[in-house]
Amino acid sequence: MRWVLDHAGELLDTTWEHLGLALIPVLVGLLISVPLGWAAHRWRAARAILVPASSLLYTIPSLALFVLMPLLLGTRILDPLNVQAALTIYTVALLVRSVADALDAVPGETIAAATAVGYGAVRRFFAVELPLSLPVLIAGVRVAAVSNISLVSVGAIIGVGGLGFYLTHGSQLSPPNYAEIVAGLVLIVVLALVVDALLVVLGRWLTPWTRARGRVVTA
Amino acid sequence: MNIFEQVWSWLTDPDNWTRSINGPGIPYHVLKHLQYTGVAILIAALIAVPLGIYIGHTGRGSFLVVGIANSFRAIPELGLLILLVLAMGIALAVEAVTIALVSLAIPPLLAGTYAGIRNVDRDVVDAARGMGMREWDVVWRVELPIALPLILGGLRAATLQVIATASIAAFVSLDGLGRFVIDGRAFGADGGYAMMAGGAVLIAALAIAVELVLAGVQRLAVSPGLQTRRMRRRVARVWAQPKLITAEESS
Amino acid sequence: MKRVLAGVATAVVAALTMTACGGSSDPLSNNPPAQGGATSGPVAKPDKIIIGSANFPESALLAEIYAGALQKKGITIEKKLNIGNRETYYPGLSDGSIDLVPEYTGVLLQHINKSATETSPDEVYEALKKALPANLTVLDKSSAEDKDAIVVTKETADRLNLKSIEDLKPHASQMIFGGPPELPRRADGFPGFKKNYDIEFKEFKALDAGGPLTVNALKTNVVQAADIFTTDPAITVNNFVVLEDPKSNFAAQNVVPLINASKASDEVKQVLNQISAKLTTEKLIELNGKLSAPDKPDAAKVAADWLASAGIS
Repeated sequence: MRWVLDHAGELLDTTWEHLGLALIPVLVGLLISVPLGWAAHRWRAARAILVPASSLLYTIPSLALFVLMPLLLGTRILDPLNVQAALTIYTVALLVRSVADALDAVPGETIAAATAVGYGAVRRFFAVELPLSLPVLIAGVRVAAVSNISLVSVGAIIGVGGLGFYLTHGSQLSPPNYAEIVAGLVLIVVLALVVDALLVVLGRWLTPWTRARGRVVTA
Repeated sequence: MNIFEQVWSWLTDPDNWTRSINGPGIPYHVLKHLQYTGVAILIAALIAVPLGIYIGHTGRGSFLVVGIANSFRAIPELGLLILLVLAMGIALAVEAVTIALVSLAIPPLLAGTYAGIRNVDRDVVDAARGMGMREWDVVWRVELPIALPLILGGLRAATLQVIATASIAAFVSLDGLGRFVIDGRAFGADGGYAMMAGGAVLIAALAIAVELVLAGVQRLAVSPGLQTRRMRRRVARVWAQPKLITAEESS
Repeated sequence: MKRVLAGVATAVVAALTMTACGGSSDPLSNNPPAQGGATSGPVAKPDKIIIGSANFPESALLAEIYAGALQKKGITIEKKLNIGNRETYYPGLSDGSIDLVPEYTGVLLQHINKSATETSPDEVYEALKKALPANLTVLDKSSAEDKDAIVVTKETADRLNLKSIEDLKPHASQMIFGGPPELPRRADGFPGFKKNYDIEFKEFKALDAGGPLTVNALKTNVVQAADIFTTDPAITVNNFVVLEDPKSNFAAQNVVPLINASKASDEVKQVLNQISAKLTTEKLIELNGKLSAPDKPDAAKVAADWLASAGIS
């Protein structure tokens, strides 16, 4: 416990660092996933390729991807970009399917109504389909954010791990520094839960119409 | 030779597929990997499915579902494994890995089961009760079969994640395909990265293979009436939402 | 919308194909271009030195010692500790990520020249100096050494009458050995055991490099012999027995600063050589013991305490 108090400032700084490592890939991944997810939603052929491809990407073990990133990107070893690029790949792998499902969830009648009222395809996408798909989309973003926050810790093994540093560093001495390891673990979990809660709030703020009562599944 | 050629030659090297001076071959590690995965999924299912059925059927404690699913998903498995093995001792490494993987598998299984049971048409459930079925029969003969697509969806998601993550077992001297990832990294540039990438490829391939098998199981197990395009779209829409807003909860 | 999509698709495909072609420039290559002027003329006092360390406590401790002493000389220090293993940080010395890192003569030599066979401290040191590329240099070596060693519990040593690695010969085939994952392939690992002592163990368990998992595995008899480092305080704490290495399977591992030649000014050399002179193996064990103490002090503190008591100015 003494250890935690002594290192409080450092723990806080590392938490910010961890946040950046985890969330920037979520943003970038989202930007990449929206067009890809839309393609999967629009064309059966695209869906047949993109969805299995993204499941496949998700199964690559994070340690392998982190270590191989410098080889693939030509970056320096200690570059945080290695971790962020890998996490972007995982985010895209998660979100492409999420975007496709989110757009699928928009009721057909609403789209038809929008077209009937005179919305062109592009305007309809941004003004009707995208907003209506937000609840499901935010859910996917939440999973991606939490997953990334957890995965960043594995980067500690290549020197860029945010709070994961305390997990490996604490486990090197005999006997191990349990205070350090537990502090790292707890902070990661708390960080993930806080970010998740913030995203829920963001989601509710962006979608005032969902706060009305109603059932989730319609025919 | 660039990295892709190196990986290919590692994967096609017969030495790596049989027990050689390099250690047990690929098939052994595949089996071990499946063993760790299978045990974890089984235990997670034994915990999550009954819990999900209970909460879904009675509607009580739904906050638990969201709470457990979210917080377990937030745990970094590698960190948890390190802590467990240090605390429990390396002699219990298999148990420690199992605990870590179970914590990973519970959220999708719980969410899938809960979503499945919760989204059975209330009218169907009423009709069943109206027919005179006892509560247990309602669950077993009506809700579960209808919920099966979502439960199996949760099973597939859980299995996929566990297969990807079971590589952490190698971190604590155990086997499985993670062995190639950890050892490859330790060997370094001299053939090591090919082994590491090769291990990653094998894990992905194993995940695809298992996913195909489970998709087949789903096709066989789920009642044909639920496999129409309309029902599949409905299932997809529900599965896309991890938190379900029903009339009671949305206030 | 179609055009946007086509653009995105092209970009994705292009990115994927570019990664396929990216294999030619290998940033992890061990042969950095030589930076001229390293040995010609004195080097100016650097404004800043970036000190790196490997991902284990002793390396970070040594780096902190170097950092503390250099800071007293008025040189700005940036610390990048706990980078990872040698494969990860060694290239950093040539691409500017780090300038100085504490090293061990034997393993460093092995890393640069896989077929090196020298084992005695001076031979290793001389071979190392010759093998280094022009842009890197090592300063004076310390007498402090931290070697790999085959370690057994006192019970095992008493039961099987083990004093040196040679005594393992009749027993090794029934023993499980624990060590870092690369040991089965490392020249001084299993190949070296076979060559120098004609020993083959029954099984290998990949653990951490001499860390708490290895110590625990040895204590609980999950492994009967393990690779633990000679300066690990766990050896004395747990009454382990370090087996002698008469055939010098494990080469000398003197602590030595590895530095980018462009940063090796006279002040820097003087300070680091002073540290190397004052550091001994016993001292290193004692300092490691302080790191493992229940209150787990920072390496920086342990380093600062030692610098003060050793009178390094």
